[in-house]
Amino acid sequence: MEIQNIVDSAENNFLNLNSGIESFPILRIQNLNVYAEKNHILKDINLEIPRNKITVLLGPSGCGKTTLLKCMNKLTDLYKELKVSGNIFIEQDDILNTKKDIPSIRQKMGLLSQRPYLLPMSIYKNVAYGVKLKGIRDKKLLHYSVEKNLKEVGLWEEVKDRLHSPATKLSIGQQQRLCLARGLAVKPRIILADEPTSALDPISSKIIENLFVELKKHYTIILVTHILRQAVRLADHVVFMYYGDIIEQGPPDELFNNPKTETLKKYLVEGN
Amino acid sequence: MIFRRIAVDKTNNVWMVASLATILALPLIIGIGLYIKSIPLLEYQSAGSLVTSSEWLPSQGKFGFWPFIYGSLYVTMISFLLSAPVCVFAAIYLTQYASKRIVNIFMPIVDILAGLPSVIYGVFGILVVVPFISKYLAPIFDVSTSGYCILAGGIVLSIMSIPYMLNIMIEVFNTVPIGIKEASLSLGATSWESIKHVVVKRSIPGVISAFGLGIAKAFGETIAVMMVVGNVLKISHNPFKGGYPLPALIANNYGEMLSIPKYDSALMFAALLLLVVILLINIVFRYLIYKTQIK
Repeated sequence: MEIQNIVDSAENNFLNLNSGIESFPILRIQNLNVYAEKNHILKDINLEIPRNKITVLLGPSGCGKTTLLKCMNKLTDLYKELKVSGNIFIEQDDILNTKKDIPSIRQKMGLLSQRPYLLPMSIYKNVAYGVKLKGIRDKKLLHYSVEKNLKEVGLWEEVKDRLHSPATKLSIGQQQRLCLARGLAVKPRIILADEPTSALDPISSKIIENLFVELKKHYTIILVTHILRQAVRLADHVVFMYYGDIIEQGPPDELFNNPKTETLKKYLVEGN
Repeated sequence: MIFRRIAVDKTNNVWMVASLATILALPLIIGIGLYIKSIPLLEYQSAGSLVTSSEWLPSQGKFGFWPFIYGSLYVTMISFLLSAPVCVFAAIYLTQYASKRIVNIFMPIVDILAGLPSVIYGVFGILVVVPFISKYLAPIFDVSTSGYCILAGGIVLSIMSIPYMLNIMIEVFNTVPIGIKEASLSLGATSWESIKHVVVKRSIPGVISAFGLGIAKAFGETIAVMMVVGNVLKISHNPFKGGYPLPALIANNYGEMLSIPKYDSALMFAALLLLVVILLINIVFRYLIYKTQIK
């Protein structure tokens, strides 16, 4: 009888584990606190990011969304005034406290910034940069990766004849797609997007938004935005932040139709 | 009323253009002045042979400027080789790694160094660099020297040009947007890889312009070099031997020995040479900046 129980529970565990993979969060944040000198920028953040969904971090400017995003791939290292504590698990690795190689953990996340920050090199080299950092030197493989990722963001046809010209010659919308392609080329699991359409015209913005909808089949997307409509269009999961706190989170329908807090109600009214 | 406003507007314009024109005309006026003054010498000997000849015997009417040009180029080269790497690494450290506190302490020091009169550097050279070379450095290479030599000139010049180059390089590295570094890091680069491939690469035109300024500064510097370089009129490839840079020639001799025919004109020609070389350095570096910006 006892053996039966053990076998049953083991089977159950195995099943749970298998079915769990999909629902198991790809990124978990626990007790994250960030201080900048005396300001408490992020206050005890606990958050789980679901796999293959678009999670939108929504909130007014200056509420700590971008800082939260930068904590996720430890870019906070660049800002010496920031003091970060807590845990952020990317799959099994706690990026804030791990002894593992940070650059290779960062490659699990592609970054798309507010403005397209191009590397000072050609279109081709912008995409190949991260791939080369992985140690891939074979020209055929590099070219394959460049072509594949430029196709993925719909830029290949527009640039295939001028791959070796400076990336700065592209329009700003194209530049932003190039940045996306460059991020995808290192095969990340997660795309961190920090108001990626804020510098773009409506048409370019639309292209990026459509790409996100396509990309979520294979990637988890964390999108920072203060544009309510964008959140409504794209979000599978919404996290509403206000001055360093997570005020509310949940599915968009629930959050936008039945806001529980006054702060979110006010934000929704003003946003509309 | 409207008429008055338009009139003021127009006259302001004139003033600004006039100020600008004065600044633009200055090098031209100086150049023409020096040229007119050197005509007596140039009538006597062609510029080409003056520049390439090594014989300097003013009393016999022999004016060969090559030893001076050689001396200037040599000290400048040593100065550049010593100061350029130091500046690049110091600027990278200050802009990319150092805490705000270190920057706040260090920046005023750089400004003080830039503002020190060159005679102080000369004294420092005589008190520190010259004895150091003669007592410690030269014996390592099994050379005996008084210490007053090309190398001493180069070292003093390198110390003098560091604050100038460093200031520009710090500015240049600081203008690289942090977003570009973030992009590089997020793609899996280490901090050093990001600095090397992105920050430095993007700053190349600015770094070249800093180099240009440093070289021009070193080439034209007079007093400090003159105090330590030995002022020996001999072409030697050995940096432990003395030399005689072009600016020192003018500073040492102007006002003296002007009774010798054409001597005055020869010194003016030396000044003209300095002007032309500085101009050439600037043109070359402009071109390099332009070339690196295109890519």
